[in-house]
Order: sequence, then structure tokens, then C-alpha cells
Amino acid sequence: MADASGLVGLTIAEMRDGLEKREFSGVDLAQAHIEAAEAARPLNAYITETARTALDRAFFSDTRRAQGPVGPMSGIPIAVKDLFCTRDVLTTAGSHILDGFTPTYESTVTTNLAHAGAVMIGKTNLDEFAMGSSNMTSHYGPVENPWRRSGDNRPLVPGGSSGGSAALVAARAVPGAIGTDTGGSIRQPASFCGVVGMKPTYGRCSRWGIVAFASSLDQAGPFARTVRDCAILLGAMAGHDPKDSTSVDIAVPDYEAALSGDIKGLRVGIPAEYRVEGMADEIETLWGNGIAWLNEAGAETVEISLPHTKYALPTYYIVAPAEASSNLARYDGVKYGLRVTGDDLADQYGKTRAAGFGAEVKRRVMIGTYVLSAGYYDAYYLRAQRIRTLIARDFHRAFEKVDVILTPTTPSPAFAMGEKMDDPVAMYLNDVFTVPSSLAGLPAISVPAGLSGDGLPLGLHLIAKAFDEETLFRAADVLEQAAGFDAQPAFVAGRP
Amino acid sequence: MPLDTATVARIAKLARLDIPESDLEPLAGELSNILSWIEQLNEVDVEGVEPMTSVVDVTLPMRDDEVTDGGHADDIVGNAPETTDNFFVVPKVIE
Repeated sequence: MADASGLVGLTIAEMRDGLEKREFSGVDLAQAHIEAAEAARPLNAYITETARTALDRAFFSDTRRAQGPVGPMSGIPIAVKDLFCTRDVLTTAGSHILDGFTPTYESTVTTNLAHAGAVMIGKTNLDEFAMGSSNMTSHYGPVENPWRRSGDNRPLVPGGSSGGSAALVAARAVPGAIGTDTGGSIRQPASFCGVVGMKPTYGRCSRWGIVAFASSLDQAGPFARTVRDCAILLGAMAGHDPKDSTSVDIAVPDYEAALSGDIKGLRVGIPAEYRVEGMADEIETLWGNGIAWLNEAGAETVEISLPHTKYALPTYYIVAPAEASSNLARYDGVKYGLRVTGDDLADQYGKTRAAGFGAEVKRRVMIGTYVLSAGYYDAYYLRAQRIRTLIARDFHRAFEKVDVILTPTTPSPAFAMGEKMDDPVAMYLNDVFTVPSSLAGLPAISVPAGLSGDGLPLGLHLIAKAFDEETLFRAADVLEQAAGFDAQPAFVAGRP
Repeated sequence: MPLDTATVARIAKLARLDIPESDLEPLAGELSNILSWIEQLNEVDVEGVEPMTSVVDVTLPMRDDEVTDGGHADDIVGNAPETTDNFFVVPKVIE
């Protein structure tokens, strides 16, 4: 490591242990990661850096530690997707329409993290309103993936929508970050950037204070470079919140304690329907490796069927835009953000929203408006909600026979900026393996498991039963150990 | 069913999006592509299937109908483009 402190590049668990042994302080960690944020600026992954608050919080964490025991996240630097409202810190959702929005309140998840002592280094770039799989739709410009294809210097996308969070963790600019996942927005960028990304069960983390995209799907989750670190991070994020009626009132287990390394007898489902037509050989091979690794560790693989898989993506592209069109109705130039003056109120709404939303957001708002409009509601929206029931039922039936399900995370590795931009449907296909579990509200994780032929990371995806994050982490930890993924991206913060 | 420009203009109006005339044609094409891809859902037999209302098996919690918070008018209007005396200001609606 080129950073003078030697602290950048440590895992969360290593930082926690080092802090405990007083090998370094929280302020040392904050300082090193503020410098790492500066070094990582070419990636355009932070929208706002919060160096001053980071130092204050780190100092506070050190003071607390001197007084007595503190939690595992105390003093650990993290990055926060700019979809979480943060008190007195600009919150953009990657959109022009939220220009200058500085919340007067703090989201529950970031409040939980602050109480746990975590130190926010900055707010990360994302697709506008979390709508995208490339990070190309941000008003603040695209994020660069720190990886490059071998022998090819063209910039690649980090995936999306939580692209900034994934890129920063991959570039070692921060040991962990948080994002949100509606149809794959944590797992797909994690796969593209070679890091671990996890979406908990719907209801595990509070959605309060997260800028809403599709409320029946949105869920916060962690990014880190190891499964263990994700387990530690989720433990500090999760929990019941009376302010979110969909957050579930059940105890948060010690996720790290679930990493026993023992998966003997674990039943791993392999869904036939995920062998999609035209799947690249390298993805097929990666999946086969995953099956072999879990078998060698004593798991038992079971062929399963999830018959409605192919309908998940089109179902998602009704449900999510419908909810988005309703959620985004609040951006009207009256309460916050951008206002474009018009002749009258209706004209002001139309002009403000036209100027404030980007092309992809407009497309989805219009699709959502259409499928909810009189005469089309039953044919589109209600039908999609029925098919969503069928998709969830497929999983329930499968989980009578298996404990986890193993699939690839994405059908391809990261693509270059500018590729797949002409055809929205081609872009949507990125999420073909992640959307079904989102529609069913299930916890799922992407673990880096290998490199593509051109040297890019590829992820394997595990799905578990609702609220069984412990089994998910346990299986993912074994998968991670077996894969032994230790490749590093071309760009590492602070390395010349 | 492909969307025509009149339908796109109607959706844009419902969504309060001021779309210039020249953009209606390309938008109609894009939205029609997405909708025709979605049409495959018509193959699925949904007879007797309940539409999903909650993805996890929980009952919506109830609480007593009482004031738990309030008195933050300054915070609420704090980000508004224009306010007067803690009211949001909009162009005149009633002539």
C-alpha cells in the first residue's frame, strides 16, 4: 500500500481488531480514508465528501472507546449511497431535481450506523433515483469502474444503481459502503466491481429516510470486500423501526457468529430456468465451479425449478415504474429542490419535472403512469401483481426442498461506457438473475468468484429464505473461501 | 400495442412532464418497445391468483391515533424554493 499509514486496504474486521488493540485510532483511519477519497476522485464515485464530519465522528468514537467497550463498527470509515437522507449534508439521489436539498433529518439506517460509531467519509454517486444498471444516468456524471479489461484501457461502468459505493470499496478507498437494492442495485455492481454486496430480506432494514424508488422492493444493504465485513455492517444497519411500517419487529441476529465455515448437509438449489439462452460459456463455467466448491464443502446440490423466472423482469418493469411514478410525484418544485417558473402551477410542475428528471427517469415515470392509468390498470398492473405472487410461490416451493439457491449474479461482466445505451430493454437484462429474488423479497448476496476471459470480476449469487440471512452469510463465506478471489483492480486509491 | 404520439402526450400530461412536440415520436418508439417486451406476461395463466399486496408475511402494525411528533415547521419548509411565514409559495391558483 502506498498510503503512508498502511491503513487503506484493511478489512472492517482488521480495522476493528486494530482499533481494539490500540494499534491505530479512529482519527488515523478517518484521515487515511479522507486522503483515499481524494486519491479516488478520478472515479467520480463520491458526490459529496464529508471530511470534516468524518474527523469529528472519528474523534468522538475514539473518546467513547477510551471510556469503555464500543460496538464492532465504531471508528470504521464507510461510504453512503446518496439516496440516504443525511442531516445537513447534501442529498441528491443523483438527480438535478433535488438541487441543493439538505435534509433536516437523518435516515434510520444511517442513524443506526452513526450510533454504532461508523464514520461516514462521503455520499456516493448513483444512477438517478437508483434507476439504472450502469451509473450512466446520474446527473453528476458516470462513475468509472476501477477495473479494466486486460489490454484495453477503455473505461467500464461499475454497474448500478449503487455504482459509486461498489467502485469505492473495490478501489480500497473505503472498507465498506451502503447501498440500496430494488432489482439488483447492490448485487449487480458488486459483481461488476469484484466486491461482496448483499440485499437483506425486505423489512430487515428500515426504509425511513431513503429516497423512495419502488417502495415494495427497495431495501438497504452492505458492500464490503469480504462476506464477514458485510455481516458486521448489516448487523449495524438492521433493526425494527416504528417509522417504517414494513420494517419487521424481529431480533437482529449476530451475523458474524453465523460464519461457522460448516455447510455439511446444506441443500443448495440449482434452478434450471436460470440457464438462459445464449449464456456465455464463462458464466456457465463459473456457476459450475460454484456448485463444485459447495459440494466439496459438504453441501448437497438439488436441481430445482422456478417456472416463472422468465416473467420476473417484465413483471418488475411494471411494478417498479408504477411505484416510482407515484413516489416521484412529490418532486413538484414546491417543497424542495429545483423550481422552473411557469405561467401557472400546472405549467410550473410540467417545466420543473421536465428540466429536473433525466431521460431514464422520465421513461419509467411515463411507463408507470401508463400502466396505472384508467383502462390499463387491470391489464398491466394487476396482472403483474398476480404474476409476482406466482414468482414468490415458486421460491416458497423451492425452499421446501433446499436451504439456499445458487445462480450467477449477472449474465456478463462489466461493459464499457456507452455500450448497451441505445436499447433500454438490453440494459434491463442485466438484472435478469437478481430481479426474481427482489420480487419475492428474499435475502441474496453476490460474492466475487472468478475472472472473465478479459480479466474482469464475475460474481456468484446466493438466495436464502426470508429472514434467514445467517444461512446466506454462512454459505457465502464458504463460497468466498473456496473461490479465493484475490485479484485487484487496475485502479487502487493511493497506489501510483 | 404500439403507442401513438397522442397517447404519449396524454401520459406526459398525466405525469406532469412537459415533453416538447419533437420528442413525442422517439418517446413513442421507446415506450412501445418496452411495452411490447412486457406483453409476454399475457402468456401467463393468472386465473384465481391473488395479486401480491405484501412481500413478507406480516400484518400491518397499528398504533394509537395520537400526536407523536410535530412543531417542525421551520424544518419542513427549510428546503423550499419559496416560502412565506412557514407556508410554501406557489403561483396563484384561483383567479
